[in-house]
Amino acid sequence: MISIDWFLALSALLFCIGVIGVLIRKNAIVIFMCVELMLNAVNLSLLTFSAHYGNVDGQVLVFFSLAVAAAEAVVGLAIIIAIFRNNLSVDISKINLLRW
Amino acid sequence: MITYFFIFLAVLAVASALAMVISKNTVNSALFLVLNMAALAGVYLILKAQFLAIIQILVYAGAIMVLFLFVIMLLNLDAEVSLFNKFRVKYFVAFILGVGVFSQILYSIGSFSDNLPAISPQMMKAGTVEAVGDVLFTKYLLPFELTAILLTAAVVGAIIVAQHKVRTESNND
Repeated sequence: MISIDWFLALSALLFCIGVIGVLIRKNAIVIFMCVELMLNAVNLSLLTFSAHYGNVDGQVLVFFSLAVAAAEAVVGLAIIIAIFRNNLSVDISKINLLRW
Repeated sequence: MITYFFIFLAVLAVASALAMVISKNTVNSALFLVLNMAALAGVYLILKAQFLAIIQILVYAGAIMVLFLFVIMLLNLDAEVSLFNKFRVKYFVAFILGVGVFSQILYSIGSFSDNLPAISPQMMKAGTVEAVGDVLFTKYLLPFELTAILLTAAVVGAIIVAQHKVRTESNND
């Protein structure tokens, strides 16, 4: 059987790829997908510990996290559409209305 | 056997995540993310969490990613021209930062990795739909209902944010 630190390492690697994606990309939709990737990595981590202890609570937390991710995706995409309608771009370097 | 399966799925997940970040075309990024979700669902199956593996495919790879694809097609974006054409300090800093965070997490995992056994035998029962539903509708009933309110609020909010403003022009007169 696989020791669970491999699962945790996979989760950490996916999370870091998500962080790098958020930092280097400029397209707002791709940044949003990287955030989803990070959410998934944390879900994997939660599920690994749930499997380790044989406890259902971690899985229920992953379930709620999925629901929150769905809500967040809907609202975030709506915001992206609203931004696109105003300045015809989702390039975050051009969205600088609030930048000092 | 299951070890090779895990290695295959892990390599698939990491490779598709990297491809998602690197890919120039937004649609390709979204499809790579779908592949990543599917690989993660396989990892969930290895962890004996059958219910969440199905939910991962249905909700993430199905619903959320279709929503992403709809928005990408709706906005009609063109591909980013220069991602890696010229060297930028920003990419270098981002890479160093990512490696730093990753090594920190690996270090903290390594400090307790000796006393972690493999998957608990209780998980054979705990991962099924029956076990999850049993806890979800008794102990976590209130958060479950609050989730419904949250989703309703998200749908209403998304419609209000994304709807086209219809100017009435009546207040100008």
